[in-house]
Amino acid sequence: MKKKFVVVVFMVLLMSSCLMCGCNKADENSITVFNYGMYMDPEVLKIFEEETGIKVKYEEAPTPEELYTKYKSGAVKYDVLCTSEYMLQRLINEGELQEVDFSTLKNRDNIGDEYFDMCKSFDPDNKYVMPYFWGTVGILYDKEKVHGDVDTWDVLFNGEYAGEFIMQNSMRDAYMVALKQLGYSINTTNEAELREAQELLIDQKPDVQSYLVDEVKDELVAGNATLGVVYSGEGYYAGEEREGLVYCIPREGTNLWIDCFGVTKDCKNVDNAMKFLDYLCREDCAKINFDYVKYASPYLSVIETMTDKEKASSAINPSKEIINNCEIYVQLPQETTDLLNALWKELKAE
Amino acid sequence: MNKRSLWSGPYILWMIGFTVIPFCMILHYALTDRDGAFTFRNLLAMFEPVHLKAMTVSVEVAFFCTVICILLAYPLVIAMKRLGLFGKSYTILVLILPMWINFILRLLALQMILSNNGVLNHIFSILGLPPHELANTRTAMMIGIVYDYLPYMIVSIYNSVADIDDDIIEAARDLGAGSLTVFFRIILPLSVPGLLSGIVMVFVPSMTSFVTANIMAGGKIQLIGNIIEQEFITTMDWHLGSGLSVILMIFVLLSMAFTSRNDPDYGMSKIW
Amino acid sequence: MERLKNFISKAYIFIILLFLYAPIAVLIVSSFNDSKSRVVWGGFTLRWYRGVFESDQIMDALFTTMIISLSASLIATVLGVMAAIGISAMKKRSYKAVMAVNNIPMVNADIVIGISLMLWFIKFMPLGFMSVLLAHITFDVPYVILSVMPKLQQMNVSVYEAARDLGANAVYAFFKVVLPQLYGGILSGFFLAFTISMDDFVVTYFTKGAGVDTLSTLIYGELKKGIKPEMYALSTIIFALVLIVLIVVNIYSGKEERAVIDH
Repeated sequence: MKKKFVVVVFMVLLMSSCLMCGCNKADENSITVFNYGMYMDPEVLKIFEEETGIKVKYEEAPTPEELYTKYKSGAVKYDVLCTSEYMLQRLINEGELQEVDFSTLKNRDNIGDEYFDMCKSFDPDNKYVMPYFWGTVGILYDKEKVHGDVDTWDVLFNGEYAGEFIMQNSMRDAYMVALKQLGYSINTTNEAELREAQELLIDQKPDVQSYLVDEVKDELVAGNATLGVVYSGEGYYAGEEREGLVYCIPREGTNLWIDCFGVTKDCKNVDNAMKFLDYLCREDCAKINFDYVKYASPYLSVIETMTDKEKASSAINPSKEIINNCEIYVQLPQETTDLLNALWKELKAE
Repeated sequence: MNKRSLWSGPYILWMIGFTVIPFCMILHYALTDRDGAFTFRNLLAMFEPVHLKAMTVSVEVAFFCTVICILLAYPLVIAMKRLGLFGKSYTILVLILPMWINFILRLLALQMILSNNGVLNHIFSILGLPPHELANTRTAMMIGIVYDYLPYMIVSIYNSVADIDDDIIEAARDLGAGSLTVFFRIILPLSVPGLLSGIVMVFVPSMTSFVTANIMAGGKIQLIGNIIEQEFITTMDWHLGSGLSVILMIFVLLSMAFTSRNDPDYGMSKIW
Repeated sequence: MERLKNFISKAYIFIILLFLYAPIAVLIVSSFNDSKSRVVWGGFTLRWYRGVFESDQIMDALFTTMIISLSASLIATVLGVMAAIGISAMKKRSYKAVMAVNNIPMVNADIVIGISLMLWFIKFMPLGFMSVLLAHITFDVPYVILSVMPKLQQMNVSVYEAARDLGANAVYAFFKVVLPQLYGGILSGFFLAFTISMDDFVVTYFTKGAGVDTLSTLIYGELKKGIKPEMYALSTIIFALVLIVLIVVNIYSGKEERAVIDH
């Protein structure tokens, strides 16, 4: 009796798995979207599917690198994807994105021109990508525990907060902090400057409480650390979760990043892809996404309807001055990348 | 090949399809450079100081964690045997039940317990003890790894010990053997197969548990797994990543060959 | 003396269980926490539990996870038990060779397995549900073999031979004599395989196609913005369910034992 039961369960499972794999066959009216995790409200996709009848197959990647690996391998034919500027530049250089005429978007006017200008550093003629969210990297600090105001990267290097601060556990962001502290460009290819930054970071290492990526905010909310290097959205979020946590952009300047959507060269149904992009910058959709993601939005309708609190936040709404003081990452030449990789490994093994 | 070994046919085909061929692809990457030319550079890269250091740390950490797991698991299994908890359907389940919760979530929770402002330090302060800065240290990382892999060790040893005939133990006791003698002369030798599979399940994964290292040691310690992961994901030098993982595998296969040479249980039927 | 020893045994088991279950206790507490952060207590709430059932994303991922883990571990158990029986009958040299290959998926870094399987799969099939299933079976089987092998080596082969001598055919003798002796190993192999499948992220991530999400890929996706408390709630529910099953099985098997004694 028992044995029969097991056999039946087994057969059912096998059959259901065959059925599931049947569902994988591409149907005509669909698009495949690749995006960061938690970077789009699922509600938005539902509305789009209902309105247009186009089925959205949605996939998420934790980091730009994982996204790139998966995309490049050709494992899945993605139609539109969203990633960060340096990865977009790489994709553009490798001919992976196709040219798109953004003026045909009905909601084109909802995208602020300055955000298309931001993209010019890697997409000079604005032919490939459409801005989605943008932000900065800065310091999140606990107002009750710091002495005086924090407005400089120096607090992470002068030993004042030894053992109390958290660095970003990602190569470029870590070097960005050191390079800015030294007053160099974050895109420097000068080996001497990079080595100088390396020395600074090695000296700093004993003072660093930990190198984290995603948990920096949580550690500060928990009161385990006093300062931490975070992305602006996390900075805003932390302030919401616990009063007394403040996000600041150091006066030396910082990295300005912008995540954009592009259409891949493999995309067969460009019409559907354009419908999707158009929909993303439509007022209602942009608003839902903004409330979900809480990073700075390039969409005018969102900017106008922000609450006072959001407007006052340097995380969501930094001033022009601050923006002008920031730099966008560009893809580094191979030798510099190799050098950085070697330095970073050395630093982490120290 | 006798008739019984034909039973492994389907799995051997499976292994060729999904283990050997992908492994050959890794080998191919390991032995070529970015331009596709043949090279040993990726394998020899293991001897660069950075990699050597990560390897040493990994072996050390994996060794201590495995030993700790063994030291924790044996008394547990023996205690369970004493209390007659063997053969109950729920015993194993109780041990691996924690693993049904996603391991990232469990690690984050463990970190909350150990962190400066965490549960453990609260308990310490209630007891009037000084706080410990455990978080983001090597100790914390090892606690994390032991936490991850202890159930595997326990289950392996449990499986082996469960099969030791109680009569043997009783006979030994009747003949005047003390608990220690029973353990070293009967339980330990008879549970060697389980112990060995436990070691394989704990030692090697410990060396590559980069997620645990990142979360528990605050990214300050690099295991060889972290380096391989980085080569594949961040640096995207798949050739170097493959080279290092091939070295790691050779190393591990060697150590496995060593343990199985000392394996006295081959031809187990002699005991009966 | 005996009592003291029993007490020490109990205390020790308690300590180990405390170590294994403390983080889970923290998670369960977090699932009732009204604050979105996992570290600040904001009062008691059940809203995350409501959230679990309202979120299609989570329910879909739960379903996929269950189907994949169950089918992968079942298939792996069948394959693995057969393989273990066959391998244990091999000559020493081929035994070693096969076991070495068998260990590769366990020994290898997840990321290497994930990427190499992905590169291989895309040569002959689209990535999707099926590729994840194949990958899971591949890394599940070694655990089954490792659990079953010690049992096989300790098994009394002569019983099987005796059964054959007494006229039982091979299949009958297998089910009546061999399988019962392996039962414990098979069961723990199956559970190990199942748990490992449930837990895996890296291999799943690289072998899955768009639109297929398991709980772990969902959780990793959330890391960037902080894990949603719904995940704690879901974990608590899974945990509670398994616990209930455990207790029921316990009571049931207790009754059965008593019934046997009554007879």
